[in-house]
Amino acid sequence: MTNSWTDIKNTDLVIVMGGNAAEAHPCGFKWVTEAKHHRGAKLIVVDPRYNRTASVSDYYAPIRPGSDIVFLMGMIRWMIENDKVQWDYVRNYTNASFLVKDEFGWSDGLFTGYDEEKRDYDKSSWDYKMGEDGFVQTDPTLQDPRCVWNLLKAHVDAYTPEMVERVCGTPKDKFLHIAEMIGECSSPTKTMTSMYALGWTQHSKGAQNIRGMAMLQLILGNIGVRGGGMNALRGHSNIQGLTDIGLMSNLIPGYLNIPTEKEADWATYMSTRGFKPIVPNQISYWQNYPKFMVSFMKAMWGDAATQENDWAYHYLPKLDVPAYDGMRMFELMNNGKVNLYFCQGFNPILSFPNRGKMTEAFSKLKMLVVMDPLTTETSHFWQNHGIHNDVDSAAIQTEVLELPTTCFAEDEGALVNSGRWLQWHWPGATPPGEAKHDTWIMAQIFLRVKKLYQDEGGVFPDPILNLTWDYRDPNDPKADELAREMNGRALATVYDAADPTKVVAEAGQQLSSFGHYRDDGSTMGGCWIYAGSWTEAGNMMARRDNTDPDDTGAFLNWAFAWPANRRILYNAASCDPQGKPWDPSRKIIEWTGEKWEGYDVPDMPITAKPGEVRPFIMNPEGASRLFTRGMMRDGPFPTHMEPFEAPIANVFNPKMRGNPVARVFESTADQFAEIGDPEFPFVATSYRLTEHFHYWTKHNPVNAALQPEFFVEISEELAAERGIARGGRVRVWSKRGEVWAKAVVTKRLRPMQIDGKTVHVIGIPLHWGFVGAAKKGFGPNSLTSQVGDANVETPEFKAFMVNIEPSAEEPVA
Amino acid sequence: MNIDLSRRGFLRLAGAGVAATSLGAMGFGEAEAAEQAHVRAFKLATTTETRNTCPYCSVACGIIMYSKGDVKAGETAELLHIEGDADHPTNRGTLCPKGAALKDFVKAPTRLTKPRYRAAGASEFQDITWDEALDKIARAMKDDRDANFIQTNEAGVPVNRWTTTGFLAASATTNETAWLTYKTVRSMGIVGFDNQARV
Repeated sequence: MTNSWTDIKNTDLVIVMGGNAAEAHPCGFKWVTEAKHHRGAKLIVVDPRYNRTASVSDYYAPIRPGSDIVFLMGMIRWMIENDKVQWDYVRNYTNASFLVKDEFGWSDGLFTGYDEEKRDYDKSSWDYKMGEDGFVQTDPTLQDPRCVWNLLKAHVDAYTPEMVERVCGTPKDKFLHIAEMIGECSSPTKTMTSMYALGWTQHSKGAQNIRGMAMLQLILGNIGVRGGGMNALRGHSNIQGLTDIGLMSNLIPGYLNIPTEKEADWATYMSTRGFKPIVPNQISYWQNYPKFMVSFMKAMWGDAATQENDWAYHYLPKLDVPAYDGMRMFELMNNGKVNLYFCQGFNPILSFPNRGKMTEAFSKLKMLVVMDPLTTETSHFWQNHGIHNDVDSAAIQTEVLELPTTCFAEDEGALVNSGRWLQWHWPGATPPGEAKHDTWIMAQIFLRVKKLYQDEGGVFPDPILNLTWDYRDPNDPKADELAREMNGRALATVYDAADPTKVVAEAGQQLSSFGHYRDDGSTMGGCWIYAGSWTEAGNMMARRDNTDPDDTGAFLNWAFAWPANRRILYNAASCDPQGKPWDPSRKIIEWTGEKWEGYDVPDMPITAKPGEVRPFIMNPEGASRLFTRGMMRDGPFPTHMEPFEAPIANVFNPKMRGNPVARVFESTADQFAEIGDPEFPFVATSYRLTEHFHYWTKHNPVNAALQPEFFVEISEELAAERGIARGGRVRVWSKRGEVWAKAVVTKRLRPMQIDGKTVHVIGIPLHWGFVGAAKKGFGPNSLTSQVGDANVETPEFKAFMVNIEPSAEEPVA
Repeated sequence: MNIDLSRRGFLRLAGAGVAATSLGAMGFGEAEAAEQAHVRAFKLATTTETRNTCPYCSVACGIIMYSKGDVKAGETAELLHIEGDADHPTNRGTLCPKGAALKDFVKAPTRLTKPRYRAAGASEFQDITWDEALDKIARAMKDDRDANFIQTNEAGVPVNRWTTTGFLAASATTNETAWLTYKTVRSMGIVGFDNQARV
């Protein structure tokens, strides 16, 4: 989230599209209710299903799964056509005036540079025209036909309300009604917030869905303001933290990158990370990259990381592919190229697509290690559970170790909520039986492997032998020690960058800010964005002062928010170029004539002058991007792409299949239903219920009683068409697998008219498996395909094609 | 009033206060002591309170856990009750149908309590000690790493990656667990590293 849960009360309009907050995030959704009740805010829901959020909305419109980009580009087109643009914001704080290379263009659904063989773009034309002075060429009058604004105008021209109706199935009058509601938020004193979740991410073009809304929010001037923003409602309690700390193939904590093998040495690695400003006077904060990186290397390898050895650069692995993400690893596993696999609190057998193939892949492992508070389907993948897990145990040679871990109630540490708040929690129960903390287990694994290397030698033991491990009890590192390590501390005296006579930290002291990180080896810090979370003053994450001066919703003294305890990102954009709030009633910070001050930590160097220094300080432009250059694989603007399985062909280019640059594995390339395949005529989408959390609460007898059994949701029309009885048993199948379920027949799903065809949508909730307290059932992953977003490889769980038929009732055993 | 007064302390005081004032008002001054002697204290008044956050979604509602026994004091503590934390700015004491049933998640019948091992081809788990399990894992890792670690690519560039072992990290473990996991996994050169945010 750019903003926080409590900030939602400041909004005038909430759009929930790509999520279902009332159902999936009920206690956060209360802030929508608060805004509706106290400010008269309105709620719009756009979703394939009339869900629980829709049931409390002011306006609802249906949309076909996987067509969101058409809707969003249609919105942008309408805003431009009807002059619903916050012009001062767009001119000053976006790259609207920047000129783009003449070679850049778009036709037949594709941008310039597409290579069908490689399924990739040559992105060299997707860039600005640069002047000889090294700065980007601009036309502040927005007249030049090559400026971003005019290219955007041309790009969205095809997305008329009629096109939206044709592709999305959203009736034109409903689309126009929503456009008028949203258009009001182009006023500097009105704002909209976007609340989205997996309904936007789990597509082969998920990142472009989100960009579409981010662009709309920029055009309306809604980023950086109270009650505005792009608010990703993260699913689990600490996936924000796990991502911040970089537990992904290609990440280093704080959104730094693991090198690729093209970056053969430190100098080459750093050469593309200069982040020189491309507009005069801009901050381009990533210029500090080397400080964050060197401090990370010192946190990892201490004295073994020196300037002379390029901070132990070769202790880091170098990637030969963009990432060894989950789906790639399971592909390799299925090809017999993975021997040993660890699942820590993660149940991939039900969470990753193409269950049948997942089971085959796991069956090829030599050893699987599962660490979890609960028993899981993954730890039992080898055990026969009838139709729910139809395997031959004797044929599966994988050894499995199931290790019991503690859960939150027995654990100490911080979790990062969706609003980037690091909140500390304390243990209040003794772990059951022999269950152990994950930290103890990881320490045991590490120390035992290290001992083997010490005793036996072996291949490249250096990064293992030299890993810093200076914990009070090496066998059992404690949360406070680990938190301090991530915050960072001085290794030698650190002086103020602006005033070298002033000491900011003595050796051994905790750093109070990432502004004190250095690239000369005098500081260490595991995760620069967490600097300030555990300072010399103590644990900032444990703060519990819930006062909120003037009720802004900031709660600055409650816990700690990254970065720098800032509650609203880009908050300098809440002010005009003179440094005064666009909306004085919603002031966050303002320029006093000498400095920035206000209710939140300014997202700007405290004395940087407004009008000169632009508020998007992380970007070398200083401005936000309506056009993203070559930073995304599938285009500098979002363009409509159908899901890989769809009832109709892409209206721009019937030959285009899904996202033209998304990764498709050879082994599953023939596992997609044809476009408009009569054997798979129905669109399916997965969703969650408020009574359950993922695959966890089916272990809880209370929640299992509330929603005991796997079902699929269909419309009355589809039930009639297929002769399916209310509550009857059905079989649902895709090109990849089949499931049996109860049919829930509702009015919440209605057939849609798509490009002249009647299209039915089937809802498939995700909560059942074959272990736990609920009745045995299936997950949607038995049906979904092994393809993901082109940029981040999040699997396409929200739009795929299936068939359905009545089935004989399950025998009562 | 002391603002640090805990909820438990408050309940204890409030309970005593109600008994004393109502009885006194009715003129049962002498009966007060006798009455108080057999009034049962609030059950929660004898418990230890601990602040925590809900482990489910990313709203991260504040919760208060009530236990018999005090973990901080080194005692064995049994969780008795969980409720919303009214002081928390986000949830202000409320919980959803999942959070409201949290205690039964902690005490789920399918919580794991001891390490288990499934041998190749077996149809059931068997018990194993922690030591045996951890030694088995370390041995398997060392052997696989030594056999399959890639030190340089064809161009002779040091790449130091290990692709035949992978690690899938969680979504509800603490930052501190995440950091220790990161250190362990990265130092060994594992690149097949992912977490629940991917899906």
